[in-house]
Amino acid sequence: MMKPVLEARNIRKKFFDPVEVEILRGLDLSVMPGEFVSIMGKSGCGKSTLLYVLSTMDTQYEGELYLAGQALQGEKPNELARIRNQHIGFVFQFHYLLPEFSVLKNVMLPALKLGLKSAEEIEHDAMEKLRLLDVQEQALKRATQISGGQKQRVAIARALINNPDIIMGDEPTGNLDSRNAQRVFDIFREITAEQKQSLLIVTHDQDFAAKTDRIIEMADGSIVSS
Amino acid sequence: MALFNPLLLGIAKTHLLARKKQSAIAALGVTFGIGVFIIMVSFMTGLNGLLDGLILNRTPHVRIYNEVKQSERQPIEDLATYKDKAHIIHSIKPKNSQLKLRNGLAIRAELRKDKRVKGITPQVSTRIFYQAGAVQLNGNLAGMDVLEEARLFNFQQYIVGGKPEDLASNENAIVLGAGVAKNLSLQVGDYVQIVSINGSRERLKIVGLFQSGLADIDKVFSYCNIGTAQRLSGEGGDYFTDLHLKLHDIEAAAGMAEELRNSWGVNAIDIKTANAQFETGTSIRNMITYAVSFALLIVAGFGIYNILNMLIYEKMPDIAILKATGFSSGDVQRIFLYQAMMIGFVGAAIGLAFGFLASYGISQAPFETEALPTIKTFPVNFDPKFYIIGIIFALITTFLAGFMPSRKAGKIDPVDILRGQ
Repeated sequence: MMKPVLEARNIRKKFFDPVEVEILRGLDLSVMPGEFVSIMGKSGCGKSTLLYVLSTMDTQYEGELYLAGQALQGEKPNELARIRNQHIGFVFQFHYLLPEFSVLKNVMLPALKLGLKSAEEIEHDAMEKLRLLDVQEQALKRATQISGGQKQRVAIARALINNPDIIMGDEPTGNLDSRNAQRVFDIFREITAEQKQSLLIVTHDQDFAAKTDRIIEMADGSIVSS
Repeated sequence: MALFNPLLLGIAKTHLLARKKQSAIAALGVTFGIGVFIIMVSFMTGLNGLLDGLILNRTPHVRIYNEVKQSERQPIEDLATYKDKAHIIHSIKPKNSQLKLRNGLAIRAELRKDKRVKGITPQVSTRIFYQAGAVQLNGNLAGMDVLEEARLFNFQQYIVGGKPEDLASNENAIVLGAGVAKNLSLQVGDYVQIVSINGSRERLKIVGLFQSGLADIDKVFSYCNIGTAQRLSGEGGDYFTDLHLKLHDIEAAAGMAEELRNSWGVNAIDIKTANAQFETGTSIRNMITYAVSFALLIVAGFGIYNILNMLIYEKMPDIAILKATGFSSGDVQRIFLYQAMMIGFVGAAIGLAFGFLASYGISQAPFETEALPTIKTFPVNFDPKFYIIGIIFALITTFLAGFMPSRKAGKIDPVDILRGQ
């Protein structure tokens, strides 16, 4: 029996400002290795909030969270940063590339931070990832000099650089036209199929979600179906 | 976690280089602060050194002399009859005593054996008149051992138009005060008629002019050999009125003067007591230098603070993604702190170079003054100590300026920003 790569038990979260609102009401969720999962729901149902709790960036919650078997609740911020660095890749609606750096350097930075490989190896890996996403020609350009679709693909390459166990996305195709969105979807598909990495994507896009392995549907801070 | 993480340094450097103009302006503030500090401190301490040198090198560390004053013990105090009575004495007059330094030869012999003493020279000070035709000018003539005075107290620095040796080799020579020479229209090579207070006359050859820079002194004082002065006073070879001491350690002067007063019953004054105002002047000038430089650096610090704050505001999304991809709060904080420190370091380094060049320029500028006939350019102190203080000063200021903004950057919650877009 395969163990889930990400597992959450009874996740609860409240917002206190301006009035107390329970935004996550005891969620259970797990993602298996190589699984491509999408989270859907109306605006304000708590799906993004859930994603940020699962991402370890938001630590204000109750419940249990495990990544590759390791308990994450109550860990120190520096340790969580290290775990994010090594085990989680992120893709957002906006690309968040650092404008002063080259495309290649942007992809390399998380690996340089991890510091397990030499700079040459990391550069080689980064070129590999860029090739996988078909943006290798842009490697030496500044991040501001490439098109929107290319930027998003570079952002995905950056998410992949440390070969994370799971890639989390917050509307990764939200800013893209349908052609580029399809391309990003194909890349995600390829990653899960070939690398056995898991994907957890929050999306509004019905078509996109329909093609994933599993849809988790949320409403009012609870999971309606999964 | 190394203090200087090359990856974080690299990111900091890229940030700075991407905003060359802004970084340069921030660094310029530091450059200006440090540059001015170096210029001021070099020039001020150079000047202080010069002024102190004037006093320290030319003034005896301890001067032993005879002072005309009333007796401290009046005869009535020795009378048993009035022992327990109050004494009221009106109109006490100074005791009539010789100007000669009592036990002068014995004191000199004793002090020559003292290991603390570098040198000792006797002086004969006497009141005279300079005679020019019908006019008589009041004056003061000091007889001394010229070569010893030159060795110990830099007498040669006062002399214009002649050498100390010219005086030493001539028992009928005089170094005339520059003011006296001007008033009497005399030049080096001329003769001057000297009349002592007891009426004896001498015709002395002027071998040099004495210029201290203080007009009142130059109008009155002249110098000759000790034998000449003794002859003029009508006294023998054991007559002198002052003993000038130079010590190996100037700090010992006060104690030495005290010792001499107690053991010989003479008047002895040390250099610190005689010139207390100079120390005060020096420390106040130093204080002003440091205060002005510090104020400039604080202004530079605010500049850095401002620029860093703006940069961080602008860089919020970058900070968020760095944190999302595994950089810790401390990493982010250091990225911005490094930027402040780099601005500080580069600014300070240029400031030191600028300060050095400017103070070198000042040291080459002509500076001529009556008071210092041997000084031709501005005095500047190139002590490396100030350069080290300068760079430490700059790094501390920029660290403090960078600390608050970078801590703020470290505390940014990535979720707020990543969700907002």
